[in-house]
Amino acid sequence: MSRHTLSVLVEDKPGVLTRVASLFARRAFNINSLAVGPTEVPGVSRMTVVVDADGDLIEQVTKQLNKLINVIKIVELTLESSVQRDHILVKVRADAATRLQVTQAADLFRASVVDVSTDSVVIEATGHPEKLTALLSVLEPFGIREIVQSGTLAVGRGSRSMSDRALRSA
Amino acid sequence: MSKGSPISPSLMATKSAGAAKAPERADRTADHAAVVADLAAVSPVLGPNNVVPPTVMTGSQAIVRSLEELGVDDIFGLPGGAILPTYDPLMASTMNHVLVRHEQGAGHAAQGYAMVTGRVGVCIATSGPGATNLVTAIMDAHMDSVPLVAITGQVSSGVIGTDAFQEADIVGITMPITKHSFLVTDPNDIPHVMAEAFHLASTGRPGPVLVDVAKDAQVGQMTFSWPPKIDLPGYRPVTRGHNKQVREAAKLIAASTKPVLYVGGGVVKSHASAELLALAEATGAPVVTTLMAKGAFPDSHPQHVGMPGMHGSVSAVTALQQSDLLITLGARFDDRVTGVLKTFAPNAKVIHADIDPAEISKNRTADVPIVGSVKEIIPELTEAVRSQFEASGTPDLTTWWAFLNNLKETYPLGWTEPDDGLIAPQKVIQRIGALTGPEGVYVAGVGQHQMWAAQFIKYERPHAWLNSGGAGTMGYAVPAAMGAKVGEPDRVVWAIDGDGCFQMTNQELATCAINNIPIKVAVINNSSLGMVRQWQTLFYEGRYSNTDLNTGHDTVRIPDFVKLGEAYGCASFRCEREEDIDATIQKALEINDRPVVIDFVVSPNSMVWPMVPAGVSNDQIQVARNMTPEWEEED
Repeated sequence: MSRHTLSVLVEDKPGVLTRVASLFARRAFNINSLAVGPTEVPGVSRMTVVVDADGDLIEQVTKQLNKLINVIKIVELTLESSVQRDHILVKVRADAATRLQVTQAADLFRASVVDVSTDSVVIEATGHPEKLTALLSVLEPFGIREIVQSGTLAVGRGSRSMSDRALRSA
Repeated sequence: MSKGSPISPSLMATKSAGAAKAPERADRTADHAAVVADLAAVSPVLGPNNVVPPTVMTGSQAIVRSLEELGVDDIFGLPGGAILPTYDPLMASTMNHVLVRHEQGAGHAAQGYAMVTGRVGVCIATSGPGATNLVTAIMDAHMDSVPLVAITGQVSSGVIGTDAFQEADIVGITMPITKHSFLVTDPNDIPHVMAEAFHLASTGRPGPVLVDVAKDAQVGQMTFSWPPKIDLPGYRPVTRGHNKQVREAAKLIAASTKPVLYVGGGVVKSHASAELLALAEATGAPVVTTLMAKGAFPDSHPQHVGMPGMHGSVSAVTALQQSDLLITLGARFDDRVTGVLKTFAPNAKVIHADIDPAEISKNRTADVPIVGSVKEIIPELTEAVRSQFEASGTPDLTTWWAFLNNLKETYPLGWTEPDDGLIAPQKVIQRIGALTGPEGVYVAGVGQHQMWAAQFIKYERPHAWLNSGGAGTMGYAVPAAMGAKVGEPDRVVWAIDGDGCFQMTNQELATCAINNIPIKVAVINNSSLGMVRQWQTLFYEGRYSNTDLNTGHDTVRIPDFVKLGEAYGCASFRCEREEDIDATIQKALEINDRPVVIDFVVSPNSMVWPMVPAGVSNDQIQVARNMTPEWEEED
């Protein structure tokens, strides 16, 4: 199964996240990640949904999503034509003996230390999922206490705006 | 530059901007009234679009007023605490409210009403159990694309989420089985939400829309004006088919020697029967009508080869299996039609016209997808076919027709007389159809009697056959027939019901008797859950686990359907002998001042044939037990 990133513009109405999530559950589609937040247009939210699906299935996913009345527009963003980022917060064991090694490892990934205590640090990193996986494997030997990860965020490269065009045509 | 591309541009065709733009035009002009007349033709707001200047009223008055302005005449419902405020102004309204005995009955009645009239059916219930009792009907309407607006009361917005008395999250519960739903907590939202609900239910692919109104929104004051502005930026159904796709379809038709018009319920919903007839005659192709499309094309037409599917005729099933081109119109490749999907019509290319893009290539990949209303696509396709035939010649279908006509003659629908001396249920149903005629309306429950009613009544016009196709809801018949009779009071309306189905919703006979809705109910009483029993006979070595209902011959007859009918104020008869069938039906046809219930005591051993057993290819169709057709004519 291949991975697809869908950007979905939705009306910011109560229940819209439930509608999208329950549609995936109801039709047995697999969500890999989902991120949602407001956009530059008042009343319009944008979801980034990463789906594992083959060709026919991804077409069915988008068609079913399009049937939701609150869904305004869907665009599939390919890896080459978009910037895609995940965000991660990792709490790692780090005492006086290992702290320097841990922070150096973080530096290598351009991650930053956002909290320090006597026996742990919290590292914040942003990047492509593969980069974050690599970071985690480097931190793993020190002892990972907690991982919190966002869904993927994605935006198309270049000057065009998805919401601009969608709302003009509506 | 972003290379992000809209999904499936070829399928989306052109967005219709007209409907969505209309309300803005009204806003921009100062002379509101002058524009409204011109607007009415394109307004997405149903009804006459009367102009109502701002008027202060309560939310519940606004609900009733909105329904009136939307052109609603009839409503089915049952009041309760959370919807009480709305029932008060309803009493003064000119609209006809039919008080049902169970909310499920209100839902199915609204469906039946919508199916015969083509208008939006409306049902009302209170919060909690009132609303959940509507769920089956809403799901049924969703599966069969019936335009339905369900209005439910909800507890006051302040206590939503506290498990208040009779609180149920009906918006959440119905989310997967509605086209859309609204929770209204501000009375000022009522007019536009009502207009949007009716617009959504009746346009595009029709379906059920739920409007859940909190009690404080009903009681609170608001300013009502009409027509409201419809604001649905994410809803732009495509009605016009893509020209290029239509021409591609015509090319395939001209190149096909074994085409079949595979006609589904969408043709009935979009009132496209006349257009279909023209296309059928232009192409000369055989026509199959699915369970949802019976009557979309006259059964008596020589090009009609039957109903396809699990209990379809040999000619219809085989036509699809052997076809080289399926011209699919408003149908959805349901598993009951296709059997095992990968063996379905293996050599056929597929033209698929449907208003719902998600149906296209959902089950069977389409070679030529056409998104749009079949009402608009079919005439364009007919035109394109005519010019294509002129250019490249009319295909020769003689061999194809010889093959199919031979099947029609060799394997006509029929039945064997039961071995227990009881009446054949098929005979009863056939006689009801023959004595009532094609102008009647026939509403079936679900099971054997439903299949026989599809097979042995001749349908010559659309909107004459109602049943629960996708959902398979036992208990659909009586309330849906009631709704149909309210919608078309001048027609004879038969509920062809089973003894199992009848016991699920017969309380609506009280509604019928009291409100002068004289439907006729034929209980095809085989004393069992017949279709389940048939499967037990065929696939479970005759072990009849929990299918005996004790209502028929040589049983305790609980309940006694004649006494039950009489208790509900209906003329009630029992018919147990073949020679009495016609006379009993005639007697029922002569009674029009009250509902009629006939207990037709029939054989429990009769089975529905032909049958494609579940899980096998349609090629394995059986015309009787363990009897498959002989295919020596196969070319």
